Amino acid sequence: MTTLAEPTVATMTLDGEEVTFTPGETIYEVSERHQKEIPTLCYDPRLEPFGGCRLCVVELEGARAPVASCTTRVTEGMVVRTRTPAVDSYRKVLLELVASENRELDVDPLRGYASQELMTLVDRYDARSGRFAGRQSGQSRDDDDNPFILRDYDLCISCYRCVRVCAEQEGDYAISIKNRGFDTQITTEFSGLLKGSACTFCGQCIQTCPTGALADRKAMRAVDQPGKIEKTRTICPYCGVGCSVDLLTKNEKIVGIHPAMDGPANEGALCVKGQFAFDFVHHPDRLATPYVRGEDGQLHEASWDEALGRAADGFRKVVDEHGRHAVYGVASGRAPTEAAYTMQKFIRVGFGTNQIDNCSRA
Amino acid sequence: MSNPLADMDKPDVIFCIGTNMTECHPVAATALKRALARGAKMIVADPRRIGLADLADVYLPIRVGSDAALLLAMAHVIQRDGLTHPEFIASRTTDSEAFLEHVKDFPPEWAETITEVPAADIERAARIYGEADKGAIYYTLGITEHICGVDNVQSLCNLALMTGNIGREGTGINPMRGQNNIQGAGDGGALPNNYPGFQPVTDPANQEKFKKAWGREVDLENGMTKVRALELCGDRIRAMIINGENTLLSDPDRKHCEHALKSLDLLVVIDIFMTDTAELADVVFPATAFGETDGVCSNTERRVQRLRAAVPPAGEAKPDWWIISQIARRLGVPGFEYESAKEVFNELCSLSPIYAGLDWDRIEHGEYQWPVPHKDHPGTPILHQGEFKNGRGIFKLIKYRDPAETISEEFPVWLTTGRRLASYHTRTQTGRSAGIDYLLSEESLEVHPDDVREWGLVEGGVCQLTSPRGSVEIKVKATNRSPRGTVFASFSFSDVPINALTGSGYDPETDTAELKVCIVKIEPCERVISPRNSS
Repeated sequence: MTTLAEPTVATMTLDGEEVTFTPGETIYEVSERHQKEIPTLCYDPRLEPFGGCRLCVVELEGARAPVASCTTRVTEGMVVRTRTPAVDSYRKVLLELVASENRELDVDPLRGYASQELMTLVDRYDARSGRFAGRQSGQSRDDDDNPFILRDYDLCISCYRCVRVCAEQEGDYAISIKNRGFDTQITTEFSGLLKGSACTFCGQCIQTCPTGALADRKAMRAVDQPGKIEKTRTICPYCGVGCSVDLLTKNEKIVGIHPAMDGPANEGALCVKGQFAFDFVHHPDRLATPYVRGEDGQLHEASWDEALGRAADGFRKVVDEHGRHAVYGVASGRAPTEAAYTMQKFIRVGFGTNQIDNCSRA
Repeated sequence: MSNPLADMDKPDVIFCIGTNMTECHPVAATALKRALARGAKMIVADPRRIGLADLADVYLPIRVGSDAALLLAMAHVIQRDGLTHPEFIASRTTDSEAFLEHVKDFPPEWAETITEVPAADIERAARIYGEADKGAIYYTLGITEHICGVDNVQSLCNLALMTGNIGREGTGINPMRGQNNIQGAGDGGALPNNYPGFQPVTDPANQEKFKKAWGREVDLENGMTKVRALELCGDRIRAMIINGENTLLSDPDRKHCEHALKSLDLLVVIDIFMTDTAELADVVFPATAFGETDGVCSNTERRVQRLRAAVPPAGEAKPDWWIISQIARRLGVPGFEYESAKEVFNELCSLSPIYAGLDWDRIEHGEYQWPVPHKDHPGTPILHQGEFKNGRGIFKLIKYRDPAETISEEFPVWLTTGRRLASYHTRTQTGRSAGIDYLLSEESLEVHPDDVREWGLVEGGVCQLTSPRGSVEIKVKATNRSPRGTVFASFSFSDVPINALTGSGYDPETDTAELKVCIVKIEPCERVISPRNSS
């Protein structure tokens, strides 16, 4: 029998309750596990903690002032209070200040995955007081006419999530921060358009923006359409990585895509195709009926009955005249596995041959 | 992939060869960038100075089609400098003595004459990979789309075997599959040599199993590949049913392909658009698309995931499995009474050992990577951990072979082909999505700036690109991404059908076309191509 070292259990006190933690965890992470609902604006679990927005402050016994829970690692015996009147008041004032800088707080959820975060917190902390006549920070870039990313920086709160996701998650470093304070501006090198930068239009900056300052222009085409937004989990139709996406639908039409933050293959990441190239589904070129070639040599719309009959007769005739090996099936690398399975079964059971392949040889 | 995508930020040495990952598998590439940010080293071998090359510690701009020579020389250095993993070789492999002797004949100086990469760079790359604690190899079609595709893959296997870089986290031999469900098409049995679940059709036990399951005799020998079938259209092949493939644009040698499909007595196409291929069909069936279809797909790491319908089908479109089943029923073929994708998938699971532990309900959250041999099995993120499927890893003695065609006085330039970030395949989908044209509205030929001058071309002007098989007109773009003497274009745009030029040869074992190497000549054109109407 092997003797294993007894794992040391580290503990801290969280809101009066003794809880365990793993060395290296932050106060925020431990609090999240215990459903403390600490508010944040600059936090994205995929990114390095930043400590910029200060909303996640908590009281730490022995510390002179409240500490940012997202950047403070827990140590043995720490005593932390996540909600006290002082902390609540601090957070409310901060939110009032942040809200005072923005043109509007209530933005359409189609703007992006995290776009409701500021609005939700402002309401939770009753911070719509308008006590501060704020100066606006961030200037919108109306001149950037790219069809994907709206750069509505009037709503920017300088949380830098966009800059960090571009650098840390994507490794693209397409955007950066110019100036500080009220003059802070998210920008590209030489302050140009995104198209002239290293931007790959993956849309990650949109999806992490907590105010809708960066917004999904394609999804926003459906803002004025009546109806509820529904979400359906599926897999991106392009390369073999198999990114999970949530389809956003309104009135039985796909209006946008959210990356699935818990997607096993992509963990929230997407590329330009997966994020934006979805509307082919509703393109007028979609085949809506079967077609059969007429005696005039042209393809004509046909009923299912007629088309299925033509196909079946054709196969029958070929087998009669040229034998069963004269029929060949090509399955798709784009269709679901059930399509490939039924295709090979059709060939193997229908004709007793192995005359079947897919498009993986190019 | 032998290893999961989640492993991609774990290697300490990354070797990318023939994979333009930042454009073709962008989300996977983000994990590599994270590994680099943490201090991993990267070797990139590619004829073009692709995005990954800019991030590499060693970039090896090999001549198109010279991969096997590079890999032989890397194996030579690893053997010579004692960087092999003797315990792994002894316990997990076979035929190592002959291989380690074989590679002595191929020093980097020899490879330099073929790859056009300095021997010193090959030495450096070999030592970095050879010294890795966790070395991972990633490749795509730049390795396989050659007449020596199998040799190239086996050369990569040799490197991994001699250094023990397989069967552990952060290592492995990892092909990045190019289409969302190309893995699933194989899993489902759409192969001339395998029943579902990669069960060889020539194995009597499998023949017996499927005879029992399906109630009929099936041929005991392999079918022919699609490449052979296309060659025999109008001869031994008279009817073809093609599901969701724009063969005409995506396959090599368009002229040959068009002639083949036109000479059939019957062509049935199932697709979502009237593609160039569907235009040639006798019967076209409308299939449901992404977002309209319930089903299953397998990704490049063998992860089995659910597809879900969110919107009703376009018009009268139907799921592919339904369409094929209806044709089968009209022909009186038994066993096609399916009511749902779930029934089809569950039947597949019941017949495929790698899916034996799966069914429709168990894959709800996509946590399984096959093989999943039974219901209590957690799936297999990392292959070859304890042993290889067939016992021991076998070293293969590979020799370098020239591409099917090499540049000549008449065709003095190498052409290589591929994809671009903002367009996918033959653009049937991306070309019909709003905004994509803003990023990429037309095809252009990437030419080194010095070649543009030397060949009398004009940046933005038009040139005539001619191979032994065909000719296209294409706009010229000067870029340092192309090396001198090699040009690049994608096959995405139907008005510049690059595959009219390709198709010089095929791998003798797999029939995979040599799409990555083609010889061409380039002549300036007077004509001006007007900007595409980006409707």
